[in-house]
Formats: sequence, C-alpha cells, structure tokens
Amino acid sequence: MLGMDETKVQGRIKNRQLLNKIFRTLFFFSTLIGLIVLVMLLARVLTQGLGWFDWEFITTMPAPFADKTGILAGLGGTIALMIVVAPVSIIVGVSTALYLEMYARQNKLTRFIQVNISNLAGVPSIVYGLLGLTFFVYMLQMGYTLIAGGLTLSLLILPVIIVASQEAIRAVPNDLLEASYGMGATKLQTIVRVILPAAIPGMITGSILALSRAIGETAPLIVVGAATTIYSVPDGLLSKYSAMPIQIYYWVSKPQAEWQFVAAAGIMVLLIVLLLMNATAVFIRNKFQKRL
Amino acid sequence: MMGNIKEDKQKIDVQQMINEKKSTQNNLKIIEKIVPVFLFLCAALSILTTVGILFTLLRESITFFGEQGFFSFITGTKWNPWAGDFGVLPLITGTLQITVISILVALPIGLASAIFLSEYASDKVRRTIKPTLEVLAGVPTVVYGYFAVSFVTPILRSIFPEIGIFNALSAGLVVGIMIVPMIASLSEDAMNSVPTSLREGALALGSTRLEVALKVVVPAAFSGIVAATVLAISRAIGETMIVTIAAGASPNLTFDPLVSIQTLTAFIVQGIKGDTTFGSMIYYSVYAVGMTLFVFTLAMNLLSQYIARKFREEY
Repeated sequence: MLGMDETKVQGRIKNRQLLNKIFRTLFFFSTLIGLIVLVMLLARVLTQGLGWFDWEFITTMPAPFADKTGILAGLGGTIALMIVVAPVSIIVGVSTALYLEMYARQNKLTRFIQVNISNLAGVPSIVYGLLGLTFFVYMLQMGYTLIAGGLTLSLLILPVIIVASQEAIRAVPNDLLEASYGMGATKLQTIVRVILPAAIPGMITGSILALSRAIGETAPLIVVGAATTIYSVPDGLLSKYSAMPIQIYYWVSKPQAEWQFVAAAGIMVLLIVLLLMNATAVFIRNKFQKRL
Repeated sequence: MMGNIKEDKQKIDVQQMINEKKSTQNNLKIIEKIVPVFLFLCAALSILTTVGILFTLLRESITFFGEQGFFSFITGTKWNPWAGDFGVLPLITGTLQITVISILVALPIGLASAIFLSEYASDKVRRTIKPTLEVLAGVPTVVYGYFAVSFVTPILRSIFPEIGIFNALSAGLVVGIMIVPMIASLSEDAMNSVPTSLREGALALGSTRLEVALKVVVPAAFSGIVAATVLAISRAIGETMIVTIAAGASPNLTFDPLVSIQTLTAFIVQGIKGDTTFGSMIYYSVYAVGMTLFVFTLAMNLLSQYIARKFREEY
C-alpha cells in the first residue's frame, strides 16, 4: 500500500519536474525570439546596405538617381536639429527636475505637475507633431523651419529628461545635502556646488538617451514639414531642413527595388550615430557610477 | 608708529571687505529668489504643453465637427476625405487590428521573457539579456517599417500567396516585436519586487520553479503585468511609422489581416503630407483623427496607472 503511494508520488514529482524543465526551455526560447529578431533585423540592414554604404554616400547630397544619392542633407539636418533640441530640452528638463525635487512643496499643484509629466510621456509622438504644426508653424508663423522642428522634438523628449534628472537628483545621498546646509550654505549654493556635481552623470546619461530617441523620430517631423527633397544642409534657425529618418522614410516608400538598398545604407548611418550616442551614455554612467 | 599705520590699513580693509561681503550677499539674496521662479516657469511649461495639445486638438476638431457633425464622424463606415466621406470607423478598426495582432505577439513573448529573466536566469545572464532586449525598444520605428516591408512581408507572401504588398499582418507582427521589451521589462520589474520570502516559502513546500513562477510570482505581480500590457497597447495604438510604411493607406472596414488598411496615425501622416492647405476640410479632419487617437491613448495610460495603483499587492 505504502509502496504504491510512494511510486505514485514519485511519478507525480517526476512529471512536475519534467513540466518545469519543458517550460524552462520554452521561456528561454521565447526570450531568444526577441534577440533573434534583432539579429535578423541587423543582418538584413547590413546585407542590403553594405554595398551602398561608403564615404561618398555620407558626403553626398540627395539625388533623384539611386546610384548617385547620399545622406548628407539628412545627416546635416539631424545634427542641426540636435543643436536646437539639446540645449532647450536639457535646460528646461533639468530646471523642472530641480524645481520638483528641491523647491516644490508637497501640494496639489506639484502632484498635478508630476502626474501631467508621466501622462505627457505616453502621448503618441505624432500628436506632438500636430501641436508643433498649429503652434510653432502656423500661430508663431515659423513655417517649415529648423526651429519649429527642433522645438517640437524638444517638447517630445522633455518628459524623459525630467524623469531621468529627478532620479539622478534623488540618488544624491541626503548626508551630502545635510552637510552642506550644516556648513551654512544656502539652498542655491547647495544645488550648484553639491547636488549638480553629484547628479550630472545621471542627468547626462538620461539626456543622451532622450536625444537618441529624438534622432530616430520620424512622424512628428513629417507633420511639422521636414523636407524630403532638399539639397543643402541648414545654415540657420529659419532654413529648411531634412533629417535622417525622413530621408530613410522617403527612400523606403519608393517602389523601385534599388531604393531599398539606399534606405538600408541610410539606416546603417542612423544606427551608427545611435550606437555612438548610446556607447557614450554607457561610458559616462560606468565612469562616474562608483563615486558616491 | 609703524604698528599704527598697519592697524589703519587693516581697518580700511576690513571695512571694505564688510561692504563687499554685504553687496555680494545682497546680490546672492536676489539670485536666490529669482532662481526658483525661473525653475517654476520651466516646470509650468510641461503643463502648458498639455494645455497646448488639448487646445490645438479641440479647436480644430470643433471646427471639423461643426461642418461634418460629430455623430456621422464616429458612426460613419466610409473614410475617403478627398471625396467627402468622413466616417472614422475604418480607421478605428484598422488601428484595432494592428493592436490585437501586436499584443498577440508581444504578450506571450514578453511575459515568457519576463518569467525567464526573473525566475530562471542567473544574475549574470539577466544582466546581459535584459539590456540587449531593451535595444529593441531603442530601434527607430522607421527602421522597423523598412524591416516589415522588405523582410517580413516577403516571408509572409511565401506562406499566404494572396497577401497584399501592404497588409495589417506584417505591420502588426513588427509592432508586436517593438513592444516586447516594454512588456518584458516592466513585467520583470514587477516580478522582481515580489519579496523573495514568498518564493522561498513556496520552494520550501516543495514547489518546482515553474509552480513558484505561475502560482506565486505571477499572481503577486499581476497588477504590474496588466499595467505594462495596457501601456504597451497604448504604444501600439500610437505607433505611426511602421503602419504608415507597411500597412498601407486604404481605409477598409475589415478584419482580414491580409489586405491593406489604414490606421488613425497613418491617416494623419497621409493627410498632412500631401500639401494640405491650412483651413481645408482635410486639414481639420486630421485634427479630428488626432483627437480620437489622443483620447484612446490617454484612456489607456490612465487605465494603466489606475491598475498599477489600485490593485497593487503590498507586502
């Protein structure tokens, strides 16, 4: 009797352990799917784009023929956009974070601002495009210019920078704050000499990641009128502009097969820029992480 | 004598220093008062952004509804703005189709990845796989669009020969891949915050790891998982470039994933891109569609926050 029960129990345990093993493999392979798709995506881009990707492609203006075209207008436009976006979004974002963490009282207004920021992070990017179109392009009469595109992107990535900066400020140990106040420093002196130096690595990392999101954005720029066919790099805030994703979108939507190769080469340039930015962010984070 | 002169000199210096100190302190006091005001104005900008979004969307769509009627907009089954048909339902079913396909892809993969990373993987494996998975979330959507139309669609064509060049299936699958890291990462965070003591208790009672995962950790982290999924749905609804490139621009009231459709977001791109003149009916219809999109995503975001707050298990 007892022996039979034991074999039954043993059988059940074996089944349960087998099930555990099966699901373990299943979960593992599911995790791999995401990674495999990533590899396939990169492989596809490389196999299609390598033949067209060279120094000439990077330094040539767009042309109506696939074998003569280049991404210089897009690359220059993206860099020009970043020259607008980086100072605007970082100054406003870090200031907002400082206000919320250092000055704001715990009242309804503060809570409202906080909830509002997390909701803004969930607004689809194309809706920001519509905001930019009505407000910057038409109401402020900027037209389809670099500054309109740059300000639209700045608003778009603002929530990301604010949240990252808040986290960086919160990570500064309280001892440092108290020591600074204890020495008779004012709040502003504490912010400038204690908080900011300690929080800046985190803020820079967050900002670079946010900027790399802005670089990849296509939809809002289409709405605020980034140009697809343009043969110059922007030379002022009020000049027309393009951007790398805009060029890629334009090439992808052409029906002829050879433009797919051009698009892949464009994607390679875009991904290289993103890779460099992310590597910088990781480098900064690792370099300054252990200090506190 | 010498000593006196020295004392005089010192006196003058001290006086000066006191004055200097006072004036710099006054300056500092002014700056100390100005800076918070500046910081507050920056913080207020985020509220202004929300107000601006609501204002622009409302103003232009009210003009639209005044001309076309709100009721015929939300119940109309034909969308062809260039011929004067403004029924938004085909765009909504298009968006719904993309959302359903993408969640069918992303939820199982994302949840399985989260369980593997949180319950099975060693610390070292987790620390390599999780960031790599998050790279998927950083790939620009225009790149996914290219991938969908130049890689996924040809593969699908060899399975379903009748599939269109532009179709909902390809776009939906790729949107699904795009939101996998979101579900995986947020669910994994939720599972990680389940206390180890619960796991140890279950393991001590003789549970296998699978039983711990499915009967203890997942139920305990359920609110976080649901919140992550709802957030991912919101992201899929708002996704623009993949569907613009791969799903086409033909607003069909259909649930056939093999034909071309149009989503809310894809119409906004199409309607704005074609040199739409300011103040034309198409211009206003873009904002009405934008308003619809905004309402959907906002509802999802609020729902996600509500679930995460309301149903959180506290330990």
